[in-house]
Amino acid sequence: MGKILVFAEHTNGKLKRSAQELLQAAAASGNTVVAVAFGSHAGDVTAALGHNGASEVHVVKDAALDAYNPESFTANIAAIIAKVQPSIILASASSTGKDLFPRVAARLGVGVASDCTSLTISGDNVTAVKPMYSGKCFATVNFENSSTKIVLMRANQLPVAAADTSKTANVIENAAATVDLKTLVKEIVKGASEKLDLTEANIIVSGGRGLKEAANFKVLNDLADVLGATVGASRAVVDAGWVGHGMQVGQTGKTVAPTLYIAVGISGAIQHLAGMSGSKVIVAINNDPNAPIFQKATYGIVGDALEIVPKLTEEFKKALHH
Amino acid sequence: MKIFVCIKQVPDTETKIKISPDQTGIDTAGIKWVMNPYDEYAVEEANKLRDANPGSQVWVLSVGPKARVVESLRTALAMGADEAIVVNGEGLDNLSTAKALAEVIKAEGGAKVIFSGKLAIDDNSSSVSQMMAEFLNVPHTTVVSKFNFNGENVLVERDIEGGAKEVVQMMTPAVVAANKGLNMPRYASLPGIMKAKKKVIKEVEFASLNIPASDIKVKYTGFALPPEKPAVKMISGDASAQASELVKLLRDEAKVL
Repeated sequence: MGKILVFAEHTNGKLKRSAQELLQAAAASGNTVVAVAFGSHAGDVTAALGHNGASEVHVVKDAALDAYNPESFTANIAAIIAKVQPSIILASASSTGKDLFPRVAARLGVGVASDCTSLTISGDNVTAVKPMYSGKCFATVNFENSSTKIVLMRANQLPVAAADTSKTANVIENAAATVDLKTLVKEIVKGASEKLDLTEANIIVSGGRGLKEAANFKVLNDLADVLGATVGASRAVVDAGWVGHGMQVGQTGKTVAPTLYIAVGISGAIQHLAGMSGSKVIVAINNDPNAPIFQKATYGIVGDALEIVPKLTEEFKKALHH
Repeated sequence: MKIFVCIKQVPDTETKIKISPDQTGIDTAGIKWVMNPYDEYAVEEANKLRDANPGSQVWVLSVGPKARVVESLRTALAMGADEAIVVNGEGLDNLSTAKALAEVIKAEGGAKVIFSGKLAIDDNSSSVSQMMAEFLNVPHTTVVSKFNFNGENVLVERDIEGGAKEVVQMMTPAVVAANKGLNMPRYASLPGIMKAKKKVIKEVEFASLNIPASDIKVKYTGFALPPEKPAVKMISGDASAQASELVKLLRDEAKVL
């Protein structure tokens, strides 16, 4: 048995669900789990890291690591990898994970499997499965010539059990690596929404042309508020300027895999299906009974979205209050 | 100055995907190949940068089986790129591809800015740009929807979770991986297409780059189609009945509430 290093993402000291998924999967494999957390709030997650299965935690409590910088993150994670010598590294296929770990892999001369939806750990070996060609097929990723194997998992793919609060981890503080930076993150401009990102959301309510005009996204926002969902959109309405590109689901937008995806007034062009067909349960609401979205849907409703959605919001309110 | 664009040829989104009999890949017979959609934004931004800096040149570069990949290079030339290089190689992974790109760019005397798409829609790995930047020892930013060059540094906006953006400054040379929204790629003009047809594309053999086989780190096997979905359950009735029935099914049958 070897060591699995988990890069634990957190939001100001609150551990992300994706990190819990990875820690628990690593712990279940029987390997020693070593977690890494960066930034001035890293100390706030060490307990949670232990509860979720890490026996050792490396922190770099440097405020310079509060915002992601590819160069400083690469240098700091590489230094910890050199110390820990893990056989497997698990991280989230998030904005940070997908940007950081290919660079880390190139520095170490090892392989990386990005955007995976399942993984199999046996001893200190790992294989992962990932969607290919926009989810039209799946392939198994095998590592070779790779002393360390890096797997980047999509969020919401692995189960999370209740954390065991009796478990604790040994915390090791690391000094920040010195880096001659050529990259400067000058500013982070906040998005309009404080909700979970589409790529992390467990429930998504998405709207398309069938909503008729931009103002009618209000009915989706109301539904999303009741469900605790994040609102997405089709390419057609993004291109029409109704909502920002950050909300686009599909080929040139985001790939999502929530438990529940509700497509409202979206016909289901192949580019849209490419981004959401990995959702567990899909509800399609559309006035055209021949819309391709119905072929991917679990449940379908033919009708006027503007009439049905407000009624649905009321029904969910009732159901969730009992 | 020299501007490079790294592009990949991928199956068109509309193409039906069939698995090869040995499950080590897809059946390429009948596939329509196109330039990766995100790479079109990269080519366009490179052209814009060249146009704003007289005396500059755009070089477009791709790794893959020569016979078909040159078609996408010709598309880039028709969109306005000045020169093209194909690295003839097959069976490579992201790391060995990134190394080949870096080696060729070095051999051509380097570049001020290197563009690529944020990911290729075939394996969705979003890895090659960052790996190439590491091999060139230059900074990178991915998922870029705004680009500016002031003659010395580049200033970009990177799209992150929740619609937020990071404003990032990089010293050059730098690698920039394009997201949708960066620009509106121009269509190839007829004179552009005619010129691209005649252009001599420089050829490099992957084998001549002295990249060892041990630099291939990842192999894909076990290709399989997704499991068949059960047929959709249509809910009938008036809007109120449909709404209450759907909530009931989501709660009691699908158990997702």
